[in-house]
Amino acid sequence: MDDSKPHILIIGAGFTGCALAYDLAQRGLKVTVIERGEIASGTSGRTHGLLHSGGRYCVNDQESARECIQENIILRKIVHQCIEFNGGLFVALTDEDLAYAPKFAEGAQACGIEIEQITTQQALRLEPNLNPKVLAVFTVPDGSFDPLRLALAFAASAKHLGADFYPYHESKAVLFDSQGRVNGASVWDRTSGRTFDLTADLVVNATGAWAGHVLKGTRAVVSVTPTPGVMVAYDRRLINRPINRLTEPSDGDIIIPQRRMSVIGTTSYEVEDVDYIPVEDAQIEQMRRDAIALVPAVAQCNMRGAYMSARPLVGKGQSGRSLARTFKCFDHTESDGIDNLVTITGGKATTCRGMAEKTADLVCQKLGISTPCATREQPLRSYRDFYLPRGGRK
Amino acid sequence: MSQERWNITMIISKKKGEEPAHFQSFKLEVDPEEYVLDAVERVWAFHDRSLTFRHACHHSTCGACGMRVNGVEKLTCITLVRSVTHNGGEMKVEPLRNFPVVSDLVVDMSDFYNRMEEASAAQVVPVRKSALPYEHDLFPDDGMDHERLTDCIECGCCVSACPIALTTPAYLGPAVLAAAQQTHSLSGKPCIFDLVDTADGVWRCHSGFECTAVCPSNVDPAWRIMDMRRRVIGHRIKHLFGAK
Repeated sequence: MDDSKPHILIIGAGFTGCALAYDLAQRGLKVTVIERGEIASGTSGRTHGLLHSGGRYCVNDQESARECIQENIILRKIVHQCIEFNGGLFVALTDEDLAYAPKFAEGAQACGIEIEQITTQQALRLEPNLNPKVLAVFTVPDGSFDPLRLALAFAASAKHLGADFYPYHESKAVLFDSQGRVNGASVWDRTSGRTFDLTADLVVNATGAWAGHVLKGTRAVVSVTPTPGVMVAYDRRLINRPINRLTEPSDGDIIIPQRRMSVIGTTSYEVEDVDYIPVEDAQIEQMRRDAIALVPAVAQCNMRGAYMSARPLVGKGQSGRSLARTFKCFDHTESDGIDNLVTITGGKATTCRGMAEKTADLVCQKLGISTPCATREQPLRSYRDFYLPRGGRK
Repeated sequence: MSQERWNITMIISKKKGEEPAHFQSFKLEVDPEEYVLDAVERVWAFHDRSLTFRHACHHSTCGACGMRVNGVEKLTCITLVRSVTHNGGEMKVEPLRNFPVVSDLVVDMSDFYNRMEEASAAQVVPVRKSALPYEHDLFPDDGMDHERLTDCIECGCCVSACPIALTTPAYLGPAVLAAAQQTHSLSGKPCIFDLVDTADGVWRCHSGFECTAVCPSNVDPAWRIMDMRRRVIGHRIKHLFGAK
């Protein structure tokens, strides 16, 4: 590794950290990623795995919707290896849902999301297990993905370009030089018990819902509201496309096919501690009812798994659903007078590459590097290449 | 989930750095309807922050959380506590066998993943060709060409349970051979025979079917290995009569 290159330390190997490592390595920087657990073992791994078309946000949060459709198209091109792409449906079940339809159609058009209204009969031919009482149906370009493999594909591509990944290495403290600038992190290697200092020219805090936690001990502040939601997986693949409820974002508004499963999501409430969030019975029961409303055959399925994921929503003081799903990059020089420290949080799995691009732009701008982003076109490496020994396959 | 509460003893394999592995016990109150992985995660969250374990999706799509629970390979995110112990009982959690242990419950999957890549293991497959030949009408079919993520989630449970993998790391192992069978059935790639028609390939298997017994994801590796043998023999016979 060329020591003259600026060295960026990324804390967190979720979608954002892995995509950012790839972008920065692509721009020629030396990158090290530390992650306290396995790759994608926080919020990222536990996503329901929807490759958003943006339809969910096209009425209330058009900025997120536009980000989603742009990135949806890019991800299908660069990382199809871990995506089931069969399109999706938005379905109206009540008069209230029907009243939302014109706003939905208008919003989708405004955001550049290709939708088409089809008849109930057509919808039931496409998805025989759909509730036959649906009142209106739109097709959208949704898909679903495997969360761990999506993160690994970005990480594998970053590694191929020289980035180093250290799973099971936890940041204990952000380190400062004598001028008060950030210059690395104190790292706890949880595989050996050893603690050591990692120096870097710039540190990126990509820990999502844990962003505030990692900055403890510094005067930097980020306003992130960890907002968990429950997801329940059933043991049969009843649909080939994600089925969305044609309504504003709400609980139990989507059921997604994945491998041999159907996964319903989700709820939304706020917590302070995100290290362990219990799954509540009442929420599982609620998800089951909502799933049956969309796809009645769920009633004949067995539950295969139930899990919880904490969205990192940017902002505080409003209720979770009203916070935008877009992302935010904090330059702590500007917000807190701390040099060489950047935080990226918020956003969604679907927009991880775009989040990485914006963050890498900021990092490069701070370092006076003008290399443009080059992650939009080229397919990523196979996710399995993350496990290649240095120097390639034997 | 339920209102019922059990008190159990988790006996977890710990290993840091070069030290030999040892067991450490934790008393835990559990809901018998929660998953083993939830209990392991709680040990980390509230009792031992040094505990390392692999996990990501928590709903059996990623395959990261394969472990041995009371001596049997389990995908811990979908294994109910009730199915492996009882109130007042023990739950022994160990890393998968036949893989190098990195730390505690974390194993090094590098060779395994690289072999899967060598077998051109499918990642996304056509829905219509995604089930085993003896399974019928599993998925809705509207006549269109749908795709889905394949069944094998690369959890390594089959390799851990395999008595032959225990005898030699050279054996390709059930997941890789099953992947080769799927690759051949989907694409007809003849080069796959070079990989599997070897002493450490399909012929090393002793038909114990342990892999199929523990597979959490409907791959049926043992059936696929037997089918791969049939394909290899068919190929050899054709070759004998001059086919290339």
